[in-house]
Amino acid sequence: MQNDLIIAGFGGQGVLLIGKMLAYAGMADGKEVSWLPSYGPEMRGGTCNCTVVIADRPVGSPVVERPWVAMVMNLPSLEKYEEMVKPGGLLLVNTSLINREVRRTDVRVVKVPANEIANRLGNPRAANMVALGAYLGATRAVSLAAVEGLVRETFAGKAKVIDSNLAALQEGYALGEREAADGKVVPQEVGA
Amino acid sequence: MVETVVFARPQALAPVPTHYCPGCTHGVIHRLVAEVLDELGLAQRTVGIAPVGCSVLAYNYFSTDFHEAAHGRAPAVATGVKRARPDLIVFAYQGDGDLASIGMAEIVHCANRGEKITVVFVNNAIYGMTGGQMAPTTLPGQVATTCPLGRDVSLAGYPIRVAELLATLRTPAFVARAAVHTPLHAVTAKEMLRRAFRYQAEGTCFSLVEVLSTCPTNWGMPPVEATEWVEKNMVPYYPLGVFKTPEGVDRAPRPAPAEEG
Amino acid sequence: MAKKLMKGCEAIGEAAIKAGCKLFFGYPITPQNEIPEYMAHRLPQVGGTFVQAESEVAASNMIYGAAGSGERVFTSSSSPGISLMQEGISYIAGSELPVVIVNIMRAGPGLGGILPSQSDYFQATKGGGHGDYRLLVLAPWSVQEAADLVQDAFDLADYYRNPVMVLGDGLIGQMMEPVEFRAERTPCKPLSPKAWAATGCNGDRPTNIINSLFLDPEVLERHNQKLKAKYDLMVRDEVRCAAYGTDRPYEVLIVAYGTVARVCSTALDDLREDGVGAALFRPITLFPFPYAELRAAAETARAVLVVELSTGQMIEDVRLALEGSRPIHFLGRQGGMLISPEAVAERVNAICAGLRAEVRHG
Ligand SMILES: Cc1ncc(C[n+]2csc(CCOP(=O)(O)OP(=O)(O)O)c2C)c(N)n1
Ligand code: SF4
Ligand SMILES: [Mg+2]
Repeated sequence: MQNDLIIAGFGGQGVLLIGKMLAYAGMADGKEVSWLPSYGPEMRGGTCNCTVVIADRPVGSPVVERPWVAMVMNLPSLEKYEEMVKPGGLLLVNTSLINREVRRTDVRVVKVPANEIANRLGNPRAANMVALGAYLGATRAVSLAAVEGLVRETFAGKAKVIDSNLAALQEGYALGEREAADGKVVPQEVGA
Repeated sequence: MVETVVFARPQALAPVPTHYCPGCTHGVIHRLVAEVLDELGLAQRTVGIAPVGCSVLAYNYFSTDFHEAAHGRAPAVATGVKRARPDLIVFAYQGDGDLASIGMAEIVHCANRGEKITVVFVNNAIYGMTGGQMAPTTLPGQVATTCPLGRDVSLAGYPIRVAELLATLRTPAFVARAAVHTPLHAVTAKEMLRRAFRYQAEGTCFSLVEVLSTCPTNWGMPPVEATEWVEKNMVPYYPLGVFKTPEGVDRAPRPAPAEEG
Repeated sequence: MAKKLMKGCEAIGEAAIKAGCKLFFGYPITPQNEIPEYMAHRLPQVGGTFVQAESEVAASNMIYGAAGSGERVFTSSSSPGISLMQEGISYIAGSELPVVIVNIMRAGPGLGGILPSQSDYFQATKGGGHGDYRLLVLAPWSVQEAADLVQDAFDLADYYRNPVMVLGDGLIGQMMEPVEFRAERTPCKPLSPKAWAATGCNGDRPTNIINSLFLDPEVLERHNQKLKAKYDLMVRDEVRCAAYGTDRPYEVLIVAYGTVARVCSTALDDLREDGVGAALFRPITLFPFPYAELRAAAETARAVLVVELSTGQMIEDVRLALEGSRPIHFLGRQGGMLISPEAVAERVNAICAGLRAEVRHG
């Protein structure tokens, strides 16, 4: 068993970046990781996605057709990945840009108004961090501290950007934790 | 009330949206070519040759028949088409990597044989499709992913002026350079294209129009800045005008300023 | 050295530098642009030289010149570009020069697409260019292995004076995984000075000529036989392969290489959980192909499943290895479509069901 997820959205929403951060943080936590981006003609202006696998032993397939978790940042991504999530898995939905309900009844759903939260925190571009935080809060896939460290590294020298991204991350984390505490989400054991 | 259509899609252009980035002038150049084909009444016997580059899907954007060539080989494919069916109007649409790097042999020999075809050569000083690598036309000092510190002319040489280079061939030809970054420039560009296709239709000679074009995406600037960049950086190095006509050279190619001194 | 998260293309570039390669000649093409881009940025830092060639034809002849000068040299491309390099590769093989060529395969034929594929297996292992020659072909399944094999490739190329190809697919090029470079690396083959190189001659030795022209048929035949003897040595000494799950009984043996084998390894885990007996055999050298090792691994299996991102190319070598002794099934996707662990598991289950049905009828 391995912890895998697909993160999908528009190009420019920073989905590749948060995927990379997860991979880096997983590695810092001593886990085996792989990060696989979509590449191809669809990248120009269209949707883009990446697959991240975090495991306790060498990662098998970097290609995941039926992920445990799908983090969908826009409607086309929900349309594409809703059916693919494993039964019992998790759909993390950016409700700021997706105004339809999830149809699946056999997966857990965490709703994150990522853009709204990011806007409220004064950094509209940090919606990806809110979603990443929610994912961490709900699953504890990697430690929050490791990701916080990466945020500081990624935006080094830009204090304001760091602060707003950290705030976004933490707010998302709290939201994810609440959902998990409600029993909606069972934190997933890596390498179970 | 009588309605007059003042602006409509040229017949030779397919009724589809293109994939070009905002501010990219590939689309403008497509349109000018299509208008000329319409106005000269050539569209129905025209076959285009698409390159490998951002305009690889040109075959979807014109309502004429098309071939898709291997990278750089459009002039060779065009030669095959024209020799097989001299009655067809054949044009190759090529980027600067396609024409002036990998396809340099094909274009020089096609022009030198005097193939009665028309080449629309889109010079955007970069490899657009593959993500911003250095092109043979990348300007001195211009940053690209394979010259991260800017083009170093002591290692990569100077940007190639294709129109001037081809104009040195003895074989009669029509060779011109135009730009499309302002409406006025576009009008002139269309005039050049019209002459180029007319020479072909009359069976006179090989014709090539080099068109300076933008790539905001890989130049890393917004569209408005990109048009300014053409004016400020490209036009001085790549002077506009006619470099060769079948009747004789219109005017001696102007020496480009600055770096020659 | 500590582990670093790297994109496959970048790890390949860094591996070449770690192997002492200071020369890169290449031409951009997706999905391996990050290799030339990495080299353009890194080589000047280590006193090396990067040249963007005007075409892959030119690049393949630039590496000919550099290799003939006795320097370690490297190029990379993807399928359509590798086709253009066949001229240089054939001359390099004929002139017995050591070069490393990386092919990050994309789907063809023609312009095809830019997504991952394994459809250049024939081209890589059965010749590619004209004439009677072979490349030594290495197929990594992870970013770490790509980095390791690229370094070995330089040693193997120098040792055999032969082009070595590292054959990956778009996934290997684009994915990021942790990579570790050993601080002190010993070459995987004993290396001697390149006394044959054309480096200038002041009369104290006969001139060195880098050449593949032999107009006298008897001389050319001897040359061909010398090359053949070299390929025979590779067959004897350089076969690399790996097997997974062969320590327990299995009905079906899966054969796959590169990232597809990774996918199959996950399928294997899932099948094992479900109590289905399957194992995986992975060729790491595609030439020399591990015929004997595969035959041995298939001995206790009742059927073999070949999985490839093509319509079936390596399967021909599997057939040669098994000589009709086992039923061979095929699962393939093309055009840049990928194979999932689920699809592999499903196919193995179907084969097992068929086998059991066979037993009942028997
Ligand atoms: C043989 C071969 N080599 C490389 C490529 C990759 N490739 C595709 S387009 C391109 C360059 C395009 O640049 P340009 O001709 O300037 O056109 P633009 O995209 O800028 O319009 C390259 C190198 C290819 N398709 N085939
Ligand atoms: S990458 Fe450049 S040349 Fe290509 S469509 Fe975009 S702007 Fe135009
Ligand atoms: Mg270009």
